[in-house]
Amino acid sequence: MPGITREEVSHLARLSRLELQDEELDHFAEQLDVIIGAVARVGEIAADDIPPTSHPLPLTNVMRPDVVRPSLTPEQALSGAPAAEQQRFKVPQILGED
Amino acid sequence: MTDLTRLTAAETAAAIASGETSAVDVAQAHLDRIAAVDEKVNAFLHVDTEGALAAARAVDERRASGGELGPLAGVPLALKDVFTTEGVPTTCGSKILEGWKPPYDATLTRRLKEAGVVVLGKTNMDEFAMGSSTENSAYGPTGNPWDLTRIPGGSGGGSSAALAAFEAPLAIGTDTGGSIRQPAAVTGTVGVKPTYGAVSRYGLVAFSSSLDQGGPCARTVLDAALLHEAIAGHDPLDSTSIDAPVPAVVEAARAGATGDLRGVRVGVVKEFSGEGYQAGVMQRFTESVELLRELGAEVVELSCPSFTYAMPAYYLIAPSEASSNLARFDAMRYGLRVGDDGTRSAEEVTALTREAGFGAEVKRRIMLGTYALSSGYYDAYYGQAQKVRTLITRDFEAAFGRVDVLVSPTTPTTAFPIGERADDPLAMYLADLCTIPSNLAGNAAMSLPCGLPRGRSAGRSPDHRPGDGRRPALPCRCRGGDRVHRTLGPPAA
Repeated sequence: MPGITREEVSHLARLSRLELQDEELDHFAEQLDVIIGAVARVGEIAADDIPPTSHPLPLTNVMRPDVVRPSLTPEQALSGAPAAEQQRFKVPQILGED
Repeated sequence: MTDLTRLTAAETAAAIASGETSAVDVAQAHLDRIAAVDEKVNAFLHVDTEGALAAARAVDERRASGGELGPLAGVPLALKDVFTTEGVPTTCGSKILEGWKPPYDATLTRRLKEAGVVVLGKTNMDEFAMGSSTENSAYGPTGNPWDLTRIPGGSGGGSSAALAAFEAPLAIGTDTGGSIRQPAAVTGTVGVKPTYGAVSRYGLVAFSSSLDQGGPCARTVLDAALLHEAIAGHDPLDSTSIDAPVPAVVEAARAGATGDLRGVRVGVVKEFSGEGYQAGVMQRFTESVELLRELGAEVVELSCPSFTYAMPAYYLIAPSEASSNLARFDAMRYGLRVGDDGTRSAEEVTALTREAGFGAEVKRRIMLGTYALSSGYYDAYYGQAQKVRTLITRDFEAAFGRVDVLVSPTTPTTAFPIGERADDPLAMYLADLCTIPSNLAGNAAMSLPCGLPRGRSAGRSPDHRPGDGRRPALPCRCRGGDRVHRTLGPPAA
Protein backbone atom coordinates (compact mmCIF):
# COMPACT_ATOMS: atom_id res chain seq x y z
CA MET A 1 0.00 0.00 0.00
CA PRO A 2 1.66 3.24 -1.10
CA GLY A 3 1.74 5.93 1.60
CA ILE A 4 -0.46 8.99 1.23
CA THR A 5 1.56 12.06 0.26
CA ARG A 6 1.28 15.71 1.15
CA GLU A 7 0.21 16.40 -2.45
CA GLU A 8 -2.58 13.84 -2.23
CA VAL A 9 -3.84 15.43 0.99
CA SER A 10 -3.78 18.79 -0.73
CA HIS A 11 -5.87 17.33 -3.57
CA LEU A 12 -8.32 15.72 -1.12
CA ALA A 13 -8.63 19.02 0.73
CA ARG A 14 -9.47 20.79 -2.52
CA LEU A 15 -12.13 18.19 -3.37
CA SER A 16 -13.47 18.51 0.19
CA ARG A 17 -13.58 22.33 0.04
CA LEU A 18 -11.15 22.74 2.92
CA GLU A 19 -8.60 25.56 2.64
CA LEU A 20 -5.98 23.75 4.74
CA GLN A 21 -2.94 25.51 6.22
CA ASP A 22 0.54 24.25 5.28
CA GLU A 23 1.26 22.73 8.68
CA GLU A 24 -2.09 20.90 8.57
CA LEU A 25 -1.11 19.22 5.29
CA ASP A 26 1.91 17.56 6.87
CA HIS A 27 0.08 16.55 10.02
CA PHE A 28 -2.94 15.14 8.18
CA ALA A 29 -0.76 13.29 5.67
CA GLU A 30 0.94 11.47 8.52
CA GLN A 31 -2.34 10.65 10.31
CA LEU A 32 -4.35 9.71 7.22
CA ASP A 33 -1.53 7.40 6.19
CA VAL A 34 -1.84 5.50 9.48
CA ILE A 35 -5.65 5.41 9.33
CA ILE A 36 -5.77 4.25 5.71
CA GLY A 37 -3.22 1.58 6.51
CA ALA A 38 -5.51 0.31 9.28
CA VAL A 39 -8.78 0.41 7.35
CA ALA A 40 -7.20 -1.26 4.32
CA ARG A 41 -7.61 -4.48 6.33
CA VAL A 42 -11.08 -4.80 4.82
CA GLY A 43 -9.21 -6.05 1.73
CA GLU A 44 -8.14 -9.19 3.61
CA ILE A 45 -11.62 -10.64 3.35
CA ALA A 46 -12.22 -12.63 0.18
CA ALA A 47 -15.61 -11.33 -0.78
CA ASP A 48 -16.04 -11.68 -4.52
CA ASP A 49 -19.38 -13.43 -4.15
CA ILE A 50 -20.62 -11.33 -1.21
CA PRO A 51 -23.28 -8.72 -2.05
CA PRO A 52 -22.67 -5.23 -0.60
CA THR A 53 -24.91 -3.78 2.15
CA SER A 54 -25.51 -0.05 1.94
CA HIS A 55 -28.22 0.15 4.55
CA PRO A 56 -29.58 -1.96 7.44
CA LEU A 57 -33.23 -1.86 6.37
CA PRO A 58 -34.60 -3.58 3.27
CA LEU A 59 -36.38 -0.45 2.04
CA THR A 60 -37.02 0.73 -1.46
CA ASN A 61 -38.61 4.06 -2.31
CA VAL A 62 -40.88 5.38 0.42
CA MET A 63 -43.55 7.63 -1.10
CA ARG A 64 -46.24 9.89 0.30
CA PRO A 65 -49.26 11.43 -1.42
CA ASP A 66 -48.28 14.56 -3.38
CA VAL A 67 -50.28 16.93 -1.21
CA VAL A 68 -49.32 20.49 -0.22
CA ARG A 69 -48.73 20.80 3.50
CA PRO A 70 -47.44 23.53 5.82
CA SER A 71 -43.70 24.23 5.65
CA LEU A 72 -41.27 26.92 6.77
CA THR A 73 -42.15 30.50 5.93
CA PRO A 74 -39.58 32.46 3.88
CA GLU A 75 -38.67 34.37 7.06
CA GLN A 76 -38.05 31.13 8.96
CA ALA A 77 -36.07 29.61 6.11
CA LEU A 78 -33.87 32.70 5.89
CA SER A 79 -33.57 33.16 9.67
CA GLY A 80 -30.09 31.61 9.81
CA ALA A 81 -28.75 33.00 6.52
CA PRO A 82 -25.38 34.78 6.69
CA ALA A 83 -26.84 37.30 4.19
CA ALA A 84 -30.28 37.66 2.63
CA GLU A 85 -31.88 40.04 0.15
CA GLN A 86 -35.37 40.23 -1.32
CA GLN A 87 -36.42 36.98 0.38
CA ARG A 88 -33.45 35.12 -1.09
CA PHE A 89 -30.15 33.76 0.17
CA LYS A 90 -27.45 36.26 -0.82
CA VAL A 91 -24.25 34.44 -1.81
CA PRO A 92 -20.81 35.47 -3.10
CA GLN A 93 -20.13 35.46 -6.82
CA ILE A 94 -20.52 31.98 -8.30
CA LEU A 95 -19.42 32.47 -11.92
CA GLY A 96 -16.24 34.27 -13.06
CA GLU A 97 -16.23 37.84 -14.43
CA ASP A 98 -15.73 36.77 -18.04
CA MET B 1 -37.83 16.37 51.46
CA THR B 2 -35.47 14.12 49.56
CA ASP B 3 -32.99 15.59 47.11
CA LEU B 4 -35.04 15.76 43.91
CA THR B 5 -31.96 15.30 41.74
CA ARG B 6 -31.34 11.84 43.21
CA LEU B 7 -34.66 10.35 42.13
CA THR B 8 -35.06 8.12 39.10
CA ALA B 9 -37.22 9.37 36.25
CA ALA B 10 -39.97 6.91 37.23
CA GLU B 11 -39.89 8.12 40.85
CA THR B 12 -39.86 11.76 39.73
CA ALA B 13 -42.90 11.31 37.49
CA ALA B 14 -44.77 9.50 40.28
CA ALA B 15 -43.95 12.24 42.81
CA ILE B 16 -45.23 14.91 40.42
CA ALA B 17 -48.36 12.95 39.53
CA SER B 18 -49.22 12.39 43.20
CA GLY B 19 -48.65 16.04 44.08
CA GLU B 20 -45.82 15.18 46.45
CA THR B 21 -43.72 17.69 44.52
CA SER B 22 -44.24 19.94 41.51
CA ALA B 23 -42.65 19.88 38.09
CA VAL B 24 -41.39 23.43 38.70
CA ASP B 25 -39.66 22.37 41.93
CA VAL B 26 -38.07 19.42 40.14
CA ALA B 27 -36.90 21.61 37.25
CA GLN B 28 -35.55 24.24 39.64
CA ALA B 29 -33.66 21.63 41.66
CA HIS B 30 -31.92 20.43 38.51
CA LEU B 31 -31.22 23.96 37.27
CA ASP B 32 -29.67 24.69 40.69
CA ARG B 33 -27.61 21.52 40.45
CA ILE B 34 -26.38 22.54 36.99
CA ALA B 35 -25.48 25.99 38.30
CA ALA B 36 -23.55 24.38 41.15
CA VAL B 37 -21.51 21.76 39.25
CA ASP B 38 -21.53 22.38 35.53
CA GLU B 39 -18.72 24.90 35.58
CA LYS B 40 -16.52 21.91 36.46
CA VAL B 41 -18.28 19.20 34.47
CA ASN B 42 -19.11 21.20 31.29
CA ALA B 43 -21.91 18.82 30.32
CA PHE B 44 -24.12 21.59 28.92
CA LEU B 45 -23.46 23.87 25.96
CA HIS B 46 -26.70 25.74 26.54
CA VAL B 47 -29.05 25.77 29.52
CA ASP B 48 -32.59 26.79 28.60
CA THR B 49 -33.75 28.02 32.01
CA GLU B 50 -36.82 29.88 30.73
CA GLY B 51 -37.93 27.08 28.41
CA ALA B 52 -37.49 24.45 31.11
CA LEU B 53 -39.46 26.37 33.72
CA ALA B 54 -42.22 27.16 31.21
CA ALA B 55 -42.50 23.47 30.27
CA ALA B 56 -42.60 22.53 33.95
CA ARG B 57 -45.30 25.12 34.69
CA ALA B 58 -47.39 23.71 31.84
CA VAL B 59 -47.20 20.24 33.44
CA ASP B 60 -48.21 21.62 36.85
CA GLU B 61 -51.11 23.54 35.32
CA ARG B 62 -52.25 20.46 33.44
CA ARG B 63 -52.29 18.48 36.66
CA ALA B 64 -54.12 21.25 38.54
CA SER B 65 -56.83 21.32 35.87
CA GLY B 66 -57.28 17.56 36.07
CA GLY B 67 -55.54 16.79 32.77
CA GLU B 68 -53.93 13.45 32.14
CA LEU B 69 -50.16 13.25 32.63
CA GLY B 70 -47.93 10.94 30.59
CA PRO B 71 -45.49 8.55 32.29
CA LEU B 72 -42.62 11.07 32.05
CA ALA B 73 -44.54 14.33 32.54
CA GLY B 74 -42.40 16.87 34.35
CA VAL B 75 -39.19 14.80 34.24
CA PRO B 76 -36.11 16.85 33.28
CA LEU B 77 -33.91 15.78 30.38
CA ALA B 78 -30.56 16.76 28.86
CA LEU B 79 -30.70 16.80 25.06
CA LYS B 80 -27.64 16.14 22.92
CA ASP B 81 -26.89 19.23 20.88
CA VAL B 82 -27.29 17.36 17.60
CA PHE B 83 -31.11 17.48 17.61
CA THR B 84 -32.73 20.67 16.36
CA THR B 85 -34.71 22.74 18.84
CA GLU B 86 -36.82 25.59 17.51
CA GLY B 87 -35.40 28.92 18.65
CA VAL B 88 -32.84 27.26 20.95
CA PRO B 89 -29.17 27.13 19.83
CA THR B 90 -28.03 23.91 18.14
CA THR B 91 -24.29 23.67 17.49
CA CYS B 92 -23.39 19.95 17.14
CA GLY B 93 -20.28 20.94 19.11
CA SER B 94 -19.03 22.85 16.06
CA LYS B 95 -17.94 26.44 15.44
CA ILE B 96 -19.58 26.24 12.04
CA LEU B 97 -23.03 26.28 13.70
CA GLU B 98 -22.20 28.69 16.55
CA GLY B 99 -25.23 30.85 17.30
CA TRP B 100 -27.56 28.99 14.92
CA LYS B 101 -31.14 28.81 16.14
CA PRO B 102 -33.03 26.23 14.08
CA PRO B 103 -36.45 27.28 12.74
CA TYR B 104 -37.94 23.86 13.54
CA ASP B 105 -38.00 21.07 16.12
CA ALA B 106 -36.69 17.59 15.42
CA THR B 107 -39.41 14.93 15.64
CA LEU B 108 -37.68 13.64 18.77
CA THR B 109 -37.74 17.13 20.31
CA ARG B 110 -41.42 17.49 19.49
CA ARG B 111 -42.24 14.10 21.02
CA LEU B 112 -40.39 14.98 24.22
CA LYS B 113 -42.38 18.21 24.50
CA GLU B 114 -45.65 16.39 23.84
CA ALA B 115 -44.77 13.89 26.59
CA GLY B 116 -44.35 16.77 29.04
CA VAL B 117 -40.63 16.07 29.39
CA VAL B 118 -38.77 19.19 30.57
CA VAL B 119 -35.76 19.85 28.33
CA LEU B 120 -33.14 21.53 30.52
CA GLY B 121 -30.73 22.33 27.72
CA LYS B 122 -28.34 21.02 25.11
CA THR B 123 -25.37 18.80 25.95
CA ASN B 124 -21.76 18.85 24.84
CA MET B 125 -20.51 16.37 22.23
CA ASP B 126 -17.67 15.58 19.90
CA GLU B 127 -18.09 17.79 16.85
CA PHE B 128 -20.82 16.33 14.62
CA ALA B 129 -20.71 13.21 16.85
CA MET B 130 -17.25 12.23 15.59
CA GLY B 131 -15.24 10.98 18.54
CA SER B 132 -15.16 8.84 21.66
CA SER B 133 -14.15 11.35 24.32
CA THR B 134 -16.03 14.67 23.77
CA GLU B 135 -12.59 16.28 23.39
CA ASN B 136 -13.45 17.07 19.78
CA SER B 137 -16.04 19.63 20.88
CA ALA B 138 -15.23 23.16 19.75
CA TYR B 139 -16.46 24.30 23.17
CA GLY B 140 -13.99 22.44 25.38
CA PRO B 141 -14.01 18.93 26.83
CA THR B 142 -16.52 17.54 29.34
CA GLY B 143 -15.17 16.00 32.54
CA ASN B 144 -16.19 12.56 33.76
CA PRO B 145 -18.07 13.26 37.03
CA TRP B 146 -16.33 10.27 38.66
CA ASP B 147 -12.93 11.84 37.94
CA LEU B 148 -12.93 15.19 36.20
CA THR B 149 -9.47 14.62 34.68
CA ARG B 150 -10.87 11.75 32.63
CA ILE B 151 -13.10 11.58 29.57
CA PRO B 152 -16.86 10.93 29.92
CA GLY B 153 -16.89 8.99 26.65
CA GLY B 154 -18.08 10.28 23.35
CA SER B 155 -19.54 11.49 21.26
CA GLY B 156 -22.36 11.89 23.79
CA GLY B 157 -20.14 12.73 26.77
CA GLY B 158 -22.26 15.71 27.78
CA SER B 159 -25.35 13.54 28.07
CA SER B 160 -23.62 10.76 30.04
CA ALA B 161 -21.88 13.27 32.33
CA ALA B 162 -25.16 15.12 32.99
CA LEU B 163 -26.68 11.83 34.21
CA ALA B 164 -23.69 10.81 36.31
CA ALA B 165 -23.46 14.27 37.92
CA PHE B 166 -27.20 14.23 38.77
CA GLU B 167 -27.81 17.25 36.54
CA ALA B 168 -30.66 15.33 34.85
CA PRO B 169 -32.29 11.91 35.35
CA LEU B 170 -32.74 11.41 31.60
CA ALA B 171 -30.73 12.30 28.53
CA ILE B 172 -30.77 11.75 24.79
CA GLY B 173 -27.81 10.53 22.77
CA THR B 174 -27.13 9.39 19.24
CA ASP B 175 -25.22 6.25 18.39
CA THR B 176 -23.45 5.93 15.03
CA GLY B 177 -20.62 3.67 16.21
CA GLY B 178 -21.07 3.61 19.99
CA SER B 179 -21.72 7.24 20.96
CA ILE B 180 -24.52 6.32 23.38
CA ARG B 181 -23.10 3.06 24.75
CA GLN B 182 -19.42 3.89 25.29
CA PRO B 183 -20.22 7.09 27.27
CA ALA B 184 -22.69 5.05 29.35
CA ALA B 185 -20.01 2.43 30.02
CA VAL B 186 -17.42 4.90 31.31
CA THR B 187 -19.86 6.90 33.46
CA GLY B 188 -21.74 4.01 35.12
CA THR B 189 -25.01 4.86 33.37
CA VAL B 190 -27.39 3.04 31.01
CA GLY B 191 -27.35 3.75 27.29
CA VAL B 192 -29.46 2.17 24.57
CA LYS B 193 -28.90 2.20 20.84
CA PRO B 194 -32.32 1.28 19.47
CA THR B 195 -32.81 -0.75 16.33
CA TYR B 196 -31.98 1.38 13.29
CA GLY B 197 -35.18 3.15 12.26
CA ALA B 198 -36.88 2.87 15.67
CA VAL B 199 -36.39 6.55 16.55
CA SER B 200 -36.92 9.25 13.91
CA ARG B 201 -33.85 10.95 12.45
CA TYR B 202 -35.84 13.98 11.27
CA GLY B 203 -34.04 16.98 12.76
CA LEU B 204 -31.06 14.88 13.84
CA VAL B 205 -28.12 16.58 12.13
CA ALA B 206 -26.76 13.82 9.89
CA PHE B 207 -23.29 12.32 10.31
CA SER B 208 -23.62 8.85 8.73
CA SER B 209 -27.21 8.34 7.67
CA SER B 210 -27.20 4.56 7.36
CA LEU B 211 -25.82 4.23 10.91
CA ASP B 212 -27.08 7.21 12.96
CA GLN B 213 -29.69 6.36 15.58
CA GLY B 214 -31.01 8.45 18.47
CA GLY B 215 -31.77 6.75 21.75
CA PRO B 216 -32.31 6.96 25.50
CA CYS B 217 -29.72 7.48 28.25
CA ALA B 218 -30.61 7.11 31.92
CA ARG B 219 -29.38 5.88 35.30
CA THR B 220 -31.71 2.86 35.38
CA VAL B 221 -32.98 0.36 32.82
CA LEU B 222 -36.63 1.17 33.58
CA ASP B 223 -36.01 4.90 33.00
CA ALA B 224 -34.32 4.14 29.66
CA ALA B 225 -37.30 2.00 28.66
CA LEU B 226 -39.79 4.74 29.63
CA LEU B 227 -37.83 7.26 27.57
CA HIS B 228 -37.61 4.91 24.60
CA GLU B 229 -41.38 4.51 24.51
CA ALA B 230 -41.74 8.31 24.55
CA ILE B 231 -39.41 8.93 21.59
CA ALA B 232 -39.80 5.83 19.38
CA GLY B 233 -42.35 5.17 16.69
CA HIS B 234 -43.02 5.70 13.03
CA ASP B 235 -42.44 9.17 11.57
CA PRO B 236 -43.54 9.97 8.03
CA LEU B 237 -40.85 12.69 7.95
CA ASP B 238 -38.09 10.03 8.11
CA SER B 239 -38.33 7.59 5.22
CA THR B 240 -36.12 5.08 7.06
CA SER B 241 -38.40 5.07 10.10
CA ILE B 242 -39.82 1.62 10.96
CA ASP B 243 -43.56 1.49 10.30
CA ALA B 244 -44.52 -0.92 13.08
CA PRO B 245 -45.73 -0.67 16.69
CA VAL B 246 -43.09 0.17 19.32
CA PRO B 247 -42.17 -2.97 21.31
CA ALA B 248 -43.37 -2.93 24.93
CA VAL B 249 -39.93 -2.31 26.45
CA VAL B 250 -41.28 -0.85 29.72
CA GLU B 251 -43.21 -4.04 30.37
CA ALA B 252 -40.08 -6.01 29.46
CA ALA B 253 -37.94 -3.93 31.83
CA ARG B 254 -40.35 -4.60 34.70
CA ALA B 255 -40.45 -8.32 33.88
CA GLY B 256 -36.65 -8.46 33.64
CA ALA B 257 -36.32 -6.92 37.08
CA THR B 258 -37.58 -10.15 38.63
CA GLY B 259 -34.15 -11.60 37.87
CA ASP B 260 -35.34 -14.93 36.50
CA LEU B 261 -33.32 -15.80 33.41
CA ARG B 262 -34.27 -19.46 33.11
CA GLY B 263 -34.66 -20.44 29.47
CA VAL B 264 -32.61 -17.51 28.20
CA ARG B 265 -29.61 -18.32 26.02
CA VAL B 266 -26.70 -15.89 26.27
CA GLY B 267 -23.75 -15.82 23.86
CA VAL B 268 -20.38 -14.41 24.85
CA VAL B 269 -18.61 -13.03 21.78
CA LYS B 270 -15.15 -14.61 21.71
CA GLU B 271 -13.63 -11.93 19.48
CA PHE B 272 -14.12 -9.21 22.10
CA SER B 273 -11.42 -10.16 24.60
CA GLY B 274 -7.69 -10.60 24.72
CA GLU B 275 -5.05 -8.02 23.85
CA GLY B 276 -6.07 -4.44 24.51
CA TYR B 277 -8.80 -5.35 27.02
CA GLN B 278 -8.00 -4.15 30.54
CA ALA B 279 -7.87 -6.85 33.19
CA GLY B 280 -10.27 -4.95 35.45
CA VAL B 281 -12.84 -4.60 32.67
CA MET B 282 -12.63 -8.30 31.84
CA GLN B 283 -12.89 -9.26 35.51
CA ARG B 284 -16.12 -7.29 36.02
CA PHE B 285 -17.46 -8.56 32.71
CA THR B 286 -16.74 -12.19 33.61
CA GLU B 287 -18.38 -11.70 37.00
CA SER B 288 -21.56 -10.37 35.41
CA VAL B 289 -21.67 -13.24 32.91
CA GLU B 290 -21.36 -15.57 35.90
CA LEU B 291 -24.28 -13.75 37.52
CA LEU B 292 -26.39 -14.31 34.40
CA ARG B 293 -25.62 -18.02 34.78
CA GLU B 294 -26.58 -17.95 38.47
CA LEU B 295 -29.90 -16.35 37.51
CA GLY B 296 -30.67 -19.29 35.27
CA ALA B 297 -29.35 -18.25 31.85
CA GLU B 298 -27.64 -20.76 29.64
CA VAL B 299 -24.29 -19.18 28.67
CA VAL B 300 -22.23 -20.27 25.68
CA GLU B 301 -19.15 -18.80 24.03
CA LEU B 302 -19.44 -18.26 20.31
CA SER B 303 -17.45 -16.76 17.47
CA CYS B 304 -18.42 -13.92 15.13
CA PRO B 305 -15.28 -13.91 12.96
CA SER B 306 -16.21 -10.90 10.79
CA PHE B 307 -16.52 -8.66 13.85
CA THR B 308 -12.76 -8.11 13.81
CA TYR B 309 -13.23 -6.28 10.50
CA ALA B 310 -16.04 -4.08 11.83
CA MET B 311 -13.79 -1.22 12.93
CA PRO B 312 -11.96 -0.88 9.57
CA ALA B 313 -15.27 -1.17 7.67
CA TYR B 314 -16.87 1.45 9.89
CA TYR B 315 -14.03 3.93 9.38
CA LEU B 316 -14.61 3.70 5.64
CA ILE B 317 -18.43 3.72 5.60
CA ALA B 318 -19.03 6.42 8.22
CA PRO B 319 -16.48 8.93 6.82
CA SER B 320 -17.75 8.29 3.28
CA GLU B 321 -21.30 9.16 4.29
CA ALA B 322 -20.03 12.07 6.40
CA SER B 323 -18.07 13.56 3.51
CA SER B 324 -21.34 13.77 1.60
CA ASN B 325 -23.59 14.81 4.51
CA LEU B 326 -21.29 17.60 5.71
CA ALA B 327 -21.20 19.15 2.24
CA ARG B 328 -24.31 21.03 3.38
CA PHE B 329 -22.11 23.28 5.52
CA ASP B 330 -21.24 25.54 2.61
CA ALA B 331 -21.62 28.99 4.26
CA MET B 332 -24.57 29.89 2.03
CA ARG B 333 -27.85 29.23 3.88
CA TYR B 334 -27.05 29.09 7.58
CA GLY B 335 -24.14 28.92 9.98
CA LEU B 336 -20.71 30.51 9.74
CA ARG B 337 -19.51 32.48 6.71
CA VAL B 338 -15.85 33.54 6.55
CA GLY B 339 -13.95 35.65 4.01
CA ASP B 340 -16.89 37.13 2.09
CA ASP B 341 -15.18 40.45 1.30
CA GLY B 342 -16.66 40.99 -2.15
CA THR B 343 -13.54 39.73 -3.98
CA ARG B 344 -13.82 36.01 -3.32
CA SER B 345 -15.97 33.48 -5.14
CA ALA B 346 -18.59 31.38 -3.41
CA GLU B 347 -16.30 28.34 -3.70
CA GLU B 348 -13.42 30.18 -2.01
CA VAL B 349 -15.72 31.41 0.77
CA THR B 350 -16.99 27.85 1.29
CA ALA B 351 -13.43 26.47 1.60
CA LEU B 352 -12.31 29.27 3.96
CA THR B 353 -15.42 28.83 6.10
CA ARG B 354 -15.03 25.06 6.39
CA GLU B 355 -11.35 25.48 7.23
CA ALA B 356 -12.23 27.92 10.02
CA GLY B 357 -15.41 26.20 11.19
CA PHE B 358 -14.48 22.49 11.33
CA GLY B 359 -12.13 20.90 13.85
CA ALA B 360 -9.32 18.46 13.05
CA GLU B 361 -11.30 15.21 13.42
CA VAL B 362 -14.10 16.40 11.17
CA LYS B 363 -11.56 17.46 8.53
CA ARG B 364 -9.80 14.10 8.80
CA ARG B 365 -13.02 12.18 8.31
CA ILE B 366 -14.24 14.32 5.42
CA MET B 367 -10.94 13.76 3.61
CA LEU B 368 -10.87 10.05 4.48
CA GLY B 369 -14.39 9.67 3.08
CA THR B 370 -13.51 11.65 -0.02
CA TYR B 371 -10.52 9.35 -0.49
CA ALA B 372 -12.53 6.15 0.02
CA LEU B 373 -15.15 7.26 -2.51
CA SER B 374 -12.77 8.51 -5.20
CA SER B 375 -12.54 6.59 -8.44
CA GLY B 376 -9.73 4.07 -8.39
CA TYR B 377 -10.13 3.49 -4.64
CA TYR B 378 -13.90 2.99 -4.42
CA ASP B 379 -13.94 -0.81 -4.93
CA ALA B 380 -10.98 -1.50 -2.66
CA TYR B 381 -12.26 0.65 0.21
CA TYR B 382 -15.93 1.65 0.25
CA GLY B 383 -17.10 -1.30 -1.84
CA GLN B 384 -15.15 -3.81 0.21
CA ALA B 385 -16.41 -2.24 3.47
CA GLN B 386 -20.00 -2.72 2.29
CA LYS B 387 -19.29 -6.42 1.77
CA VAL B 388 -17.84 -6.68 5.27
CA ARG B 389 -21.11 -5.14 6.43
CA THR B 390 -22.98 -8.03 4.84
CA LEU B 391 -20.70 -10.57 6.55
CA ILE B 392 -21.20 -8.93 9.94
CA THR B 393 -24.97 -9.06 9.49
CA ARG B 394 -24.66 -12.75 8.63
CA ASP B 395 -22.55 -13.37 11.76
CA PHE B 396 -25.33 -11.83 13.86
CA GLU B 397 -27.96 -13.94 12.11
CA ALA B 398 -25.97 -17.12 12.71
CA ALA B 399 -25.40 -16.18 16.37
CA PHE B 400 -29.07 -15.38 16.95
CA GLY B 401 -29.90 -18.82 15.59
CA ARG B 402 -28.15 -20.23 18.66
CA VAL B 403 -28.72 -17.63 21.40
CA ASP B 404 -31.22 -14.93 22.39
CA VAL B 405 -28.73 -12.27 23.33
CA LEU B 406 -25.02 -11.55 22.81
CA VAL B 407 -22.83 -9.98 25.48
CA SER B 408 -19.40 -8.38 25.49
CA PRO B 409 -17.62 -5.55 27.28
CA THR B 410 -18.91 -2.24 25.90
CA THR B 411 -15.44 -0.79 25.48
CA PRO B 412 -11.99 -2.33 26.13
CA THR B 413 -10.89 0.15 28.81
CA THR B 414 -12.20 2.38 31.56
CA ALA B 415 -12.27 6.16 31.08
CA PHE B 416 -8.87 7.32 29.90
CA PRO B 417 -7.30 10.66 30.90
CA ILE B 418 -8.32 13.75 28.92
CA GLY B 419 -5.58 14.40 26.35
CA GLU B 420 -4.19 10.86 26.28
CA ARG B 421 -5.51 9.97 22.81
CA ALA B 422 -6.37 13.47 21.59
CA ASP B 423 -3.89 13.49 18.70
CA ASP B 424 -3.83 9.75 18.03
CA PRO B 425 -6.98 9.11 15.96
CA LEU B 426 -6.44 5.37 15.63
CA ALA B 427 -6.06 4.87 19.39
CA MET B 428 -9.29 6.83 19.85
CA TYR B 429 -11.11 4.65 17.30
CA LEU B 430 -10.34 1.53 19.38
CA ALA B 431 -12.82 2.72 22.03
CA ASP B 432 -15.64 1.68 19.68
CA LEU B 433 -14.28 -1.75 18.83
CA CYS B 434 -17.13 -3.70 20.46
CA THR B 435 -20.01 -1.34 19.74
CA ILE B 436 -19.61 -0.86 15.97
CA PRO B 437 -20.96 -4.25 14.74
CA SER B 438 -24.51 -3.45 15.94
CA ASN B 439 -24.49 -0.17 14.03
CA LEU B 440 -23.37 -1.87 10.84
CA ALA B 441 -26.08 -4.55 11.19
CA GLY B 442 -28.72 -2.11 12.51
CA ASN B 443 -29.73 -4.14 15.57
CA ALA B 444 -30.47 -2.83 19.05
CA ALA B 445 -27.81 -2.85 21.74
CA MET B 446 -27.35 -1.41 25.19
CA SER B 447 -24.66 -0.77 27.76
CA LEU B 448 -25.21 -1.46 31.45
CA PRO B 449 -22.94 -0.72 34.40
CA CYS B 450 -21.21 -3.85 35.69
CA GLY B 451 -19.06 -2.43 38.45
CA LEU B 452 -16.06 -0.32 39.18
CA PRO B 453 -12.65 -1.70 38.27
CA ARG B 454 -10.18 0.32 40.34
CA GLY B 455 -12.76 2.94 41.11
CA ARG B 456 -13.81 3.64 37.54
CA SER B 457 -16.84 2.55 35.68
CA ALA B 458 -16.95 -0.31 33.19
CA GLY B 459 -19.91 -1.35 31.08
CA ARG B 460 -21.13 -4.42 29.32
CA SER B 461 -23.03 -4.50 26.15
CA PRO B 462 -25.73 -6.98 25.19
CA ASP B 463 -26.70 -6.99 21.53
CA HIS B 464 -30.17 -7.91 20.43
CA ARG B 465 -31.70 -9.09 17.25
CA PRO B 466 -33.47 -6.30 15.34
CA GLY B 467 -36.93 -5.41 16.54
CA ASP B 468 -36.96 -7.75 19.53
CA GLY B 469 -38.50 -5.65 22.24
CA ARG B 470 -38.49 -8.16 25.05
CA ARG B 471 -34.81 -8.86 25.34
CA PRO B 472 -33.32 -5.52 26.43
CA ALA B 473 -34.66 -6.05 29.93
CA LEU B 474 -32.77 -9.24 30.59
CA PRO B 475 -29.57 -8.23 32.23
CA CYS B 476 -30.80 -5.38 34.39
CA ARG B 477 -29.94 -7.28 37.53
CA CYS B 478 -26.25 -7.43 36.79
CA ARG B 479 -23.93 -6.87 39.71
CA GLY B 480 -23.67 -3.19 40.54
CA GLY B 481 -26.10 -2.55 37.71
CA ASP B 482 -28.78 -0.06 38.52
CA ARG B 483 -27.52 0.42 42.00
CA VAL B 484 -24.08 1.87 41.29
CA HIS B 485 -25.28 5.42 41.64
CA ARG B 486 -27.49 4.78 44.61
CA THR B 487 -24.69 3.43 46.70
CA LEU B 488 -21.68 5.44 45.68
CA GLY B 489 -22.56 8.59 43.84
CA PRO B 490 -19.88 10.15 41.69
CA PRO B 491 -17.09 12.14 43.36
CA ALA B 492 -18.12 15.46 41.79
CA ALA B 493 -21.49 15.22 43.56
